Amino acid sequence: MHAAGSLEFWIQQLINALGLGSQYALMAVGLAMVFAVMRLINFAHGTVMMASAYIGLLLLQAGMPFPLVALGAIAGAAALGVLMERIAYRPVRGASDVALLLNSFAVAVLLENLAIMLFSPRSRPFPMPALLTRVFHPGGNLFLPSIHLWAFGGALLALSGLALFVTRTRLGLAMRAAAENPVAAQLLGIEIGKVTVLAFAIGSAMAGLAVLFWTAHVGTINPGMGFEPVLKAFVACVIGGFGTIQGAVLGGYLLGALEIVLQGLLPSGIVGYRDAMVYGILILILLVRPGGILGYLEAERV
Amino acid sequence: MGTSPIRRGWRWGLRGVALLLLAGIYLALERGGSAYLQRLAVLFLINLMLVVSLNLFTGFTGVFSLGHVGFMALGAYTSAILTLPIAMKKVNLPDLPAPLASTTLPFLPALILGGFTAAAVALLIGIPILRLSGHFVAVATLGFLIITRVVLINAEAFTRGTRTFTGVPPFTTLGWAALWALLNLYIAWRLKHSSLGLQVRAARDDPWGARGVGVSIARVRLIAFGISAFFTGIAGGLWAHFLTAFSPNAFYFSKTFEIIVMMIVGGMGSVTGSVLGTLLVMASTELLRNMEPGFAIGSFTFGPLYGLSQIGLAVLLILLITFRRQGLLGDQELRLEAIPERVERWLAQRKVVLESPRVRKADP
Repeated sequence: MHAAGSLEFWIQQLINALGLGSQYALMAVGLAMVFAVMRLINFAHGTVMMASAYIGLLLLQAGMPFPLVALGAIAGAAALGVLMERIAYRPVRGASDVALLLNSFAVAVLLENLAIMLFSPRSRPFPMPALLTRVFHPGGNLFLPSIHLWAFGGALLALSGLALFVTRTRLGLAMRAAAENPVAAQLLGIEIGKVTVLAFAIGSAMAGLAVLFWTAHVGTINPGMGFEPVLKAFVACVIGGFGTIQGAVLGGYLLGALEIVLQGLLPSGIVGYRDAMVYGILILILLVRPGGILGYLEAERV
Repeated sequence: MGTSPIRRGWRWGLRGVALLLLAGIYLALERGGSAYLQRLAVLFLINLMLVVSLNLFTGFTGVFSLGHVGFMALGAYTSAILTLPIAMKKVNLPDLPAPLASTTLPFLPALILGGFTAAAVALLIGIPILRLSGHFVAVATLGFLIITRVVLINAEAFTRGTRTFTGVPPFTTLGWAALWALLNLYIAWRLKHSSLGLQVRAARDDPWGARGVGVSIARVRLIAFGISAFFTGIAGGLWAHFLTAFSPNAFYFSKTFEIIVMMIVGGMGSVTGSVLGTLLVMASTELLRNMEPGFAIGSFTFGPLYGLSQIGLAVLLILLITFRRQGLLGDQELRLEAIPERVERWLAQRKVVLESPRVRKADP
C-alpha cells in the first residue's frame, strides 16, 4: 500500500482508473447508442454481457484457442443484441419511455433466469490465458496488471473505430441523423429499423469486449454478473450526458476515476458506502444537470 | 338522474353480500384453512398492500417508482428493531445505540413508526426527485433502492449487515394483515376519487392543463408519494413480523419486479385491478414455483428449474406490454354498482318495468 497523497499513490490510482474506466466506457457506449436511436434504457444490456461470458466459457471448454473464444464471445453478444431487438423491442417501438424500460427489465430477468436454469446459479471459474492475468512491476511499489493495458488498448481501438464509423461513413451519418431527429431522418429516406439493429449490434459487441476484461478481472462468471455493470454503465451515461457516444465514454472514465479515488481515500469504516455515494452522485446529477456534463439531453421538469 | 330507491336498495344489498362473503372467507381461512393456505393468504394481503400502495403513487400520478421496495425495507427493519425483545437485542444487535437497545415497543406502535419512517424518507427524497419527469424519476428511485441496500448491508449495528436478521416476534396474524389491507384499499379508493386524486390524475393526463387550473403538480405528487410510502412501510413491517427472519436480499430487484408485474397485470391506476393482478400473479407464480424442484425424462434430468417462476413473470410482462399495455382494467374499477346497472339495462331491453308507476307530470 502506498501512502495516500504520494506521487506513487496517484500514479497507481491513475493506472487503476484508466483500466476500470475503459471497461465502463465500453459498456456505456452500447447503452447510449440504443438510447439515442429509440429512447430505450436497455437494462438487458447487462444480461448480454453475462450471456457473452457464458458463450466464451462454452467455446473455451470446447477447446478453442483464446483469440477465437474472444471473437466468438463478441460475435455472440452482437447476435444476441440483434435478436433481442427483433423479439422484444421492435414490437413495442413508439411505446412510452416507461413501457420500454419495463420491457427491458423483463428481458433482463428472463435471460438471467434462463442462465440460472441452464448453468445453475453458482459461480464458475473462467480460466484466462496468462497474457491477460500477468502483473508487471514497473518500479517502486507500482503494480501494472496487464489486464489494464489490454482494457485500455482495446477500448482505444474499438472506440476510435466507432468514432470513425460514426463520423466518416454514410451509415454512421444515418445513425446520427436518426438519433438527432427520427422523423426528419425517416423523411430523408433513412431506414430507422436498420439503424436500430445496427446500434444494438455494435453496442452489444462493445459490451462483449468489455466483459472479457471484466471477467479476467473478477475470475469467475455467474448468471447475475450483468446486474452491477449495467447499472454502472448507466451511471456513466448519466454523468457524461445520456444519449451521446462521447458522453458515455467521458462518463465511463470519470466514473472509473471516481470509484478508484473513493476506494483509495475513504476511511476503512465507511468504504463500504462507496456505492451508495456513487448512486447519490447519480441522483445529484439528475437534479442539477440532467443533461450530464456534455448536456445534450434536457430533462423535462414539472 | 338521481338514484332510484330500487337501485339504492340493490347497492346496499350487494355491499352487504360482499362484506358477508369477505367475512366468510376470513373465518373459513382463520378457523379451517391449512397452514399453507393461511400462509398464502397473509402473503397475498401483504403483496396486495405493496401493489395498491405502488399503484396509489405510480398508477395515479403516472410517474414510475422503482424504489418502493426500499420503503418496504425501511418499514421492515424499523419495526423489527423496535419490537425485538431486549434479551434478543443483546445477542443479535450488541452495537445498537442506547435508547433503542433498552426499549421494546408493542406491535402496533412499532408498525406505525415503521410506516412513518418510510413516509419521512419518501418526503425527503421526493422533494427533489419528483420534480423530474418520465424515466428520470424511475432511474432516480432505482438509485434510491440501491442506496438503501448498500446502507442496510453496511449499517451492521442496526441490521446485522448481510447476515439474517432473526428473532423478530411473529406478531402478524391473518387478522392484522386483513385489517391493514382493508384500510389501505379504502384509503386508496377514497384518494382516487378525492380532490387530490383528481388533481394527480389530471396532472398525469394533461400536465399543462392541470397547471393551468392551478394544480401544483410537485406538491400533489409528493403527498401521494408520502401516503404510498407509509403503507408500503406498514406492509414491510407486517412482512417482517410474519417471516420473523430476513436479510437485505429480500428487498431488492426481484421483489421490485414482482410487485410491478402485479400492478401492470391489474391495470395502472385501478384499485380493484390491483386485487385482481395480485391474485392472478401470485396464483401463477405459486404454480410455477411448485414445478421448480425439477423432474426427469429418461436419462435427462430437467432442473432443478430454479428461476421458472421469475421467467413466467418476465414473459407475462413482455406479453402484456406488447399486446395489452393497460393490463386487465386500465384505470377503470370493478364496481358493485355496475351489477344493478347492467341488470336494469338488460331488463329495460326486455321491456320489464320494475319501478313503481309514478304519477306523470302534467304538461305545462
